[in-house]
Formats: sequence, C-alpha cells, structure tokens
Amino acid sequence: MITSKHYIMNNSIKENNRNKSWETYQKDIADDNYYFARSCIRQNFFPAAEELFLKIISKELGKDIFDDERQTTCTGIAYHSGVIPFETTMTVVARQFALMTEAGYENFVCSCVTSFGIYTEVLETWKHNPSKEQEIRESLKRATGKTFQIPKNLVHTSDLIYKFREEILSKSKFRLLNKLNGEPLRIVDHIGCHYAKIFPDKGIGGAEFPYVLAGMIDSWGGSQVDYPERRHCCGFGFRQYLLKSNRGYSISNSKIKFDSMAPYKPDLIIANCPGCTFFLDRWQYVIAEMEGKTYGENGYGIPVLTYEELAGLLLGYNPWDIGLQLHQVSVESLLDKLGVNYNPLEKYKGLNGEDLGKPEMPNVLKCY
Amino acid sequence: MNLLKKLKEDIRFIEGLNACINCGTCTAVCPAASVSDYDPRIMIDSVQKANEFSIIEILMSNTIWYCGECLSCKTRCPRGNTPGYVIQALRALSIDSGLFIESEQGQKQLAIKRTVGDHILEYGYCVFIDEIDTEMYPEQGPIWDWLKENKESVLARLGANYNKAGSGTLRLTSEESLNDLRAIFKETGANERFRKIEEYSALKAKEMGISFTKGKDDYFKTLYNE
Repeated sequence: MITSKHYIMNNSIKENNRNKSWETYQKDIADDNYYFARSCIRQNFFPAAEELFLKIISKELGKDIFDDERQTTCTGIAYHSGVIPFETTMTVVARQFALMTEAGYENFVCSCVTSFGIYTEVLETWKHNPSKEQEIRESLKRATGKTFQIPKNLVHTSDLIYKFREEILSKSKFRLLNKLNGEPLRIVDHIGCHYAKIFPDKGIGGAEFPYVLAGMIDSWGGSQVDYPERRHCCGFGFRQYLLKSNRGYSISNSKIKFDSMAPYKPDLIIANCPGCTFFLDRWQYVIAEMEGKTYGENGYGIPVLTYEELAGLLLGYNPWDIGLQLHQVSVESLLDKLGVNYNPLEKYKGLNGEDLGKPEMPNVLKCY
Repeated sequence: MNLLKKLKEDIRFIEGLNACINCGTCTAVCPAASVSDYDPRIMIDSVQKANEFSIIEILMSNTIWYCGECLSCKTRCPRGNTPGYVIQALRALSIDSGLFIESEQGQKQLAIKRTVGDHILEYGYCVFIDEIDTEMYPEQGPIWDWLKENKESVLARLGANYNKAGSGTLRLTSEESLNDLRAIFKETGANERFRKIEEYSALKAKEMGISFTKGKDDYFKTLYNE
C-alpha cells in the first residue's frame, strides 16, 4: 500500500536525483568576449531575434560580442539531411574557428541548437581521432589558406541568457506573473534534441533535466510545466521537414507534444532551437486549419517565443520592434497577462510607421 | 565497390556501432519509429550481421531515409551505439554507390541537394528568405506572405541588413566567403557528392520519363511533392 509518507519520500528522492543531475551537468560559460555565429533558420524566420540577442549581451549587459560579416552556415541542416559529407562540415566549422582566431577571440557562441550539436560533435570527433583533426587542418589550409585555434569555450546563445538571468531580472520591468490573477505564468520549455541529447555533459542539466530554459523560468517568476512528452522531439527531422511529401513526420511529432501539454493549459512555450520555435508556432496554425483544433484560450494558439524574445519583453522592449508580429500564433494573450503596454495599431507598420496593411487572417486559428 | 569495407572505413560508422544487444531501446524512443515504417533496432541488427548482400538491400531501401537525425538514440543506448550515426554512414554510401535512386525516399535527395545544398553556395546559409514561399511551404501561413510582400520595410524596421554588404541579419554574404565555401566543397567531397546526386538522378528521371533539367524542374517537383 502506498501511503502519503511513501509519496513524499519518493518525491524527495526524485527531487534529490534531479538536483544531483543538475550539479553533475554544470557548464563552464565564459564571462565576456564572444565570437558570435548566426543561425540559418533564426535569422530568416525570427529576423529580429539575433539583433535583440546582440543588444541584450552588448547594451544591457555590457559584454563584448563580435558579429563577423565573414561567417557562414555550419552546414548542419544539409549534413543531417545527408547531402554533404562530414568532412565538408568539419572543414566549414574549422573555417568558422579560423575566423574567430583571426578576430582575436577564444569564446565561441552559436545561435542554433543544431549548430551547437555540430560544433560539439566536430570537437569530440577530433578529440577521439587526432588524425582527423590534422586531416581537416590540411584541407582548410589547402582550400582557404586559413589556420585556427580550437575555442577555449563553446556555448549556445541560450547559455549566455541563462548565465546572466539574474542580471537580466534586475533590469526587467516585468516578471513572469499573470497580472490578471497574480499567479506565476505556466510555461512549457522545449530544449531541442541537439542541445544535450547528443552530448549530455555539454548542456546545462544534461539530457534528463535540462535547466537552460527552466532556469530562466524559475528566476523570472514563472512556473515550469512538467508534461509527459516534455523531452520529445519537435519533429524537424531535417530531410523529413524539407520535403513537402514527408512533412507528416514533422507535424505528427509536434502534435504529440501539443496534445500532451494541453491539459496543463500553458500560457507560453519557450524554445531553445530556432527550428523548434518555428515548428511549435506554425504547426499550431496548420492543426487548427486542418482539424479545427486549437490549443490556446478561446480559439487562439499558445504563444511560442525564443528565449531572447522573452528576455526582451521582460526588459521592456516594444514587442513590435523585436519581431513578435512575425509569429503566426498571436502573442497578445501573453502581453496582456504580463501587463505589457503595447499599441495594437503599431503591430503591422513598417519602417518609420509605414502603413503596410494587415496579413490575411487564418480561417480557424484566431489571430489579432 | 566492396560496400562493407567502405562502410567500415566511415568515421560515423566506426563511432556509431560497437556491439548491439538488440534491446530495442532506440526504437522505443525514436520519433521516426512512431510515425513511419522504421525500426532502428532492426536496421542496426541487419548492419551488424556484416553481410554484403544485406548491406546492398539496406542501401537500396527506403529504410535509411526515414530517420530524422534527432539522435535521441545516442542518449539512450545502453551500449553506447548511435543508430543515427550509422544512418549517416549508410546514406553517404547509398549516394556514393548510386543505389539511392533505387528507393523512392533515396531519389528525393535530389530535391534536398537543390534546396539547402545549393543555397549554401549561393547565399552562405542553408535557408534564405527569397527561396521560401507559401506554395512550397504552406505552413508558413499568411504572416509569411505579409512579410514577403513587405520585406524591405519590415526587415529594416526590425534592424536586419537584408541583402546588403556588412554584418547583420540576412546580409549579403561576400564573394570572398562564398569562394571559401566553394573551395572547401571541392576539397572535401561535397562537390563530388552533388555531382553523383545529379548524374544518377538524371538517369532515373530518364527511366521514369520525367523532364530533367535543373532547379525546380518536373523531376524536382515530383520528388518534392509526392
């Protein structure tokens, strides 16, 4: 017979294991002087997010971060889709490290979870196979004349927001509290598979209890939603999403997550990876149009933000200056709960207030 | 070509397969297994048998193309195997040997090469706003149409540096950087893989009686949509 005493003991053991896991998977994150690498997806689908991240790091936190015009993709999407060899990916990564070295930096921060997985995978491969590192050094030299140092510190952009979460809190105008009822906002965190599933010791909290986004939720006053499919993949699947014929893979996996989180009535989803943010936003629109099913309140969706968009909102940035109008799921329900004072008439304006008309409204998913 | 020997030389294969105990943990956590006819346990077991004929069968099959490369299998395997890495080695060999055109899923690699593959050498990134529309990507929704129609003004408001020299979001990648990428692709085998994908696909398109030229031709559209 299970008694309340057993239940409390089990929960205590579970909590203890979780805390131990977080202690095991702490991560060294440099204090300053970062070389920044952009994301293929984030800069296209959330085109204000990376500028916002750079502003938070440099202007709000006073750190040095270099945005190099010579950088390129890491090739991760093409590599994981099977169209380019690993040797090519390793050499492009080596070129990125060479640019960092030439610019006089030692700390590398990338704005994409797939890229973070790629950079980590390349460094781990070289660690296990020094001859492969030598081979790639020679390939890079022959192809571009470049040489490189391995970064002293390699992190994902969310690691920096996590590291400085208390400083961000101290400058914030808002907390993750629902102004309408005074309760902490219920927030789903989605980490993205390649942040810690490939190399658990490289992610804050590891693969079991990743804390990189949960730490922001805890510090900023929100409440984590711990739902059954919390660690399930968003369903990008690389070549599966890239082909229209295969996209059922992607939406099916996102739907598994939405159906699992829905009973907990989340106020917000925050995602670590640019691709995951996109899929968790757009597949809500598609499920609404295809099946008439919506996951937010009153026919709307659950807003989906990146971590820097959330930090920007709390810091008091105008939501329409940080690109929140480009999410297909409207964010107004979240703004109202946070108490953000926004002007609905500015939402769809262009540069200098240019009137650009409004986008068409979906048939089922309600939008502002 | 001795396929088994070549497979065993691939670093992804070497790192991906130690000794599988057939426990099925990988299949239990696999997102692909939950939505398609894919079972990483069976795939790894077949490869582990190290039989040249079974390798040929695998390389000609749809199976190796169903994996989504989430690599959840790497976290969970109690013996330190990574079925997702083995898949990478099998996909590389399937293209190298030309066997990829023998499966419907393998044939689709042409559409991937002509989108994200070619984008890298044209834009410096796998994805670029100008290549994405709601006909090819209807899930982008009406908000994407609005952005595309007003991209100069919206992107300028958001602080992007769209199609201009210098640093910033969606900037124009310099010729110098693109030349570096082109030289790396040539040096490290990506151009060779691209060439094989195009040449074998041309043969398959001819066999299927579908027009094959370049870009989003009829063969591309068939592979991409159906």
